[in-house]
Amino acid sequence: MPIPLTAPQVLDREFLELRAKLLELAAGLDRIDRASGDIETDPRLGQIEQALEVLSGGEPDRAERVQMIFSLAFDAKWRETFELRQRG
Amino acid sequence: MDYIDPHIHMVSRVTDDYETLAKMGCRAVSEPAFWAGFDRGSVDGFRDYFRQLTEFEPKRAGWYGIQHYTWLCINAKEAENVKLSREVIAMIPEFLGRPGVLGIGEIGLNKNTRNESTVFLEHLDLAAKSNEQILIHTPHLEDKYKGTRMILDMLCDDRRIDRGRVLVDHVEEHTIRPVLEAGFWAGMTLYPVSKCTPQRAVDMVEMYGAERLLVNSAGDWGPSKPTAVPDFILAMRLRGHSESLIRQVVYENPLKFFRQSRGFQFTP
Repeated sequence: MPIPLTAPQVLDREFLELRAKLLELAAGLDRIDRASGDIETDPRLGQIEQALEVLSGGEPDRAERVQMIFSLAFDAKWRETFELRQRG
Repeated sequence: MDYIDPHIHMVSRVTDDYETLAKMGCRAVSEPAFWAGFDRGSVDGFRDYFRQLTEFEPKRAGWYGIQHYTWLCINAKEAENVKLSREVIAMIPEFLGRPGVLGIGEIGLNKNTRNESTVFLEHLDLAAKSNEQILIHTPHLEDKYKGTRMILDMLCDDRRIDRGRVLVDHVEEHTIRPVLEAGFWAGMTLYPVSKCTPQRAVDMVEMYGAERLLVNSAGDWGPSKPTAVPDFILAMRLRGHSESLIRQVVYENPLKFFRQSRGFQFTP
């Protein structure tokens, strides 16, 4: 299904909102830097860095790919691990 | 515009919210059984909750001309107590024939554990044996993708389940495709922080089409907005979409899905 608006129209409409969200993100990362304590080994920091790489790349489906960065892996053999028996 | 909120927990909302919903065009709501914010201690606690859902809540909604429907289950957060879950599942049939009961829900997973999966399968068995429709909760945040895939595995492995009578709720960008491709209905939940925003829900309508797609507020006792569906309607209009497409998502699709339930007696 096509988007009724053109790309320039979408950019005009959303530029200030996107700008504001980027500034929130930048300020949040600055806040972490200014605070005391060590978080270098916190895996969430790596997730944020990966997500930023997705945003700066030119590939489509950014939202889906960012979601997957913050998702636990799925094991297709989970039922064997749980020893579950289906009824139907 | 008239609309239906297919997932909202009105027991957690004040009566003024019903009035606001009515003023904004809400004609009907469906309310799945869920977690009350604390674990209930006995099957009688659930029996009282089901009475509230099937007796008092339809009456309260009716004061404002809103038709109220409901779904029954023990939710995933309380499913770690398998013994209590089995007692509740055994009690649910007492209520299945009541007016306004649409089926079993919202069942699902929370932390994707073995006990949650066991109780999910036992709910599925009840739904299959009693020919009930099913409404499914998918987990939050980092657990969503894994849990949604586990849920789809369990649904697709049960040959008794009619996929066109199952709604998989709280889909986001990384889970909507497998749900729709497998033939299920998909619900997008509009929350202020987690889940989905109105703008992202519009994106998903544009990317996947309006077929078998619903949008809801899941308004409850936590941070949530019971008027989120009108926010979605406005976002669709601002994006330039037709009134007929918007109406399909917020009114005709819920009707089409709910009409498969014998407990759905809707007066337009």
